[in-house]
Amino acid sequence: MQKQNKLATFEEAVLPHLNAAYNLAHWLTRNDTDAEDVVQEAYLRAFKFFGGFHGADGRSWLLAIVRNTCYTWMQHNRSPELSVPLDDELHEIESKDLDPEALLVQRADTLMVRQALEELPMEFREVLVLRELEEMSYKDIASITDLPLGTVMSRLARGRKRLQLALTNQMHAEVLS
Amino acid sequence: MSCQRADELIHGYLDGELDLARSLEVEQHMRECETCARAYRSQTTLRSSLKDDSLYYRAPEKLQKRIQSSLRKEAKSEVFPRAFGWRWLTVGASLAFMLLIGVVVWRFVPRSIRPSGDELLAQEIVSDHVRSLQMPGHLTDVLSSDQHTVKPWFDGKVDFAPPVKDFASQDFRLYGGRLEYLNNRTVATLVYQRRLHYINLYIWPAEQAVATGEKTTQRQGYNLIHWTSSGMNYWAISDLNGVELHEFARLVQQGPL
Repeated sequence: MQKQNKLATFEEAVLPHLNAAYNLAHWLTRNDTDAEDVVQEAYLRAFKFFGGFHGADGRSWLLAIVRNTCYTWMQHNRSPELSVPLDDELHEIESKDLDPEALLVQRADTLMVRQALEELPMEFREVLVLRELEEMSYKDIASITDLPLGTVMSRLARGRKRLQLALTNQMHAEVLS
Repeated sequence: MSCQRADELIHGYLDGELDLARSLEVEQHMRECETCARAYRSQTTLRSSLKDDSLYYRAPEKLQKRIQSSLRKEAKSEVFPRAFGWRWLTVGASLAFMLLIGVVVWRFVPRSIRPSGDELLAQEIVSDHVRSLQMPGHLTDVLSSDQHTVKPWFDGKVDFAPPVKDFASQDFRLYGGRLEYLNNRTVATLVYQRRLHYINLYIWPAEQAVATGEKTTQRQGYNLIHWTSSGMNYWAISDLNGVELHEFARLVQQGPL
């Protein structure tokens, strides 16, 4: 009977966040079936560890598990993506970034945004998804990604610049063609 | 504020994550610096590009059903663990067996090698004796060498009448009395003095009226003698030597010769 209660309590606290879990998993795996598998696995893990959940925020708690499951899953299944050297690339971008031409002046097309976001390295993609699509606070993002608050802000800053650059480049290319 | 600093803080500002002072600084900087102001506007445009519902992936309906059914299976296997629960059965059986051994050992091992009620009580009495000597004013609640003062003092304080005698002529002078809580009940305590030594004599009604002979033990340098007579339990404790304490115990039991 106690187990029945556990299941019911769990479903009530965690199941409503299924869309958030799937959205994050999809943005990280970039694929429907992988996202479904990861989310299912994450829910099973969450259920096993549900005894350790005492907080009020089921969404953050679940998303941290989804994220970890994604990382483990990607390590097992493929993806050299996890070890992209970040900083070298970035310096190059930041110098270009000062170019006023690289500023976004009009709303970009959704397909273009989707593609640009998907192509961002994982580290930037995850903070952007949590901030822009899940609308989470820095504090929640920090707890999900296990990063200091300051790093959350600087990752967001760098991620947004990369995204902006990718979008302006593409818009220019379209204009030229 | 430098442009380099503003470059990152603009994002905290955009997300509403800066405190008021910082926000004002960023605003001030953007009023003065067109480059940063433009960078900020560009970021708001980017944000509005991201605020598109179609960027949010919603879980397909079948996923929820799939998850719920796998959770049910998981919940069941937590109640009846896999492999018919043999593993748990084994653990349970081992525990039961260990418990059985414990009971057997406890029941049949000679009393002398396990702590008995007496030993626990002796420990309690030693602690109480030490405490009574350590704490000023704790030794007696009624300070009198007159047995006719001490005995009535216990009236209404305990549900029995402890025998109170003075053995001053044998050089065990009644010093006073007090109440103590021992062995889960309130007990009468008489204090006697011989030279510079104090004796605490604890008295409470025995559950069994059977008289027992004296039993002598030593703990932490104290001598303890206890016996049951006339339906009362007696425990005497002192740093007095064993021979003299024995003499005291005999006096209490038989009265002055």
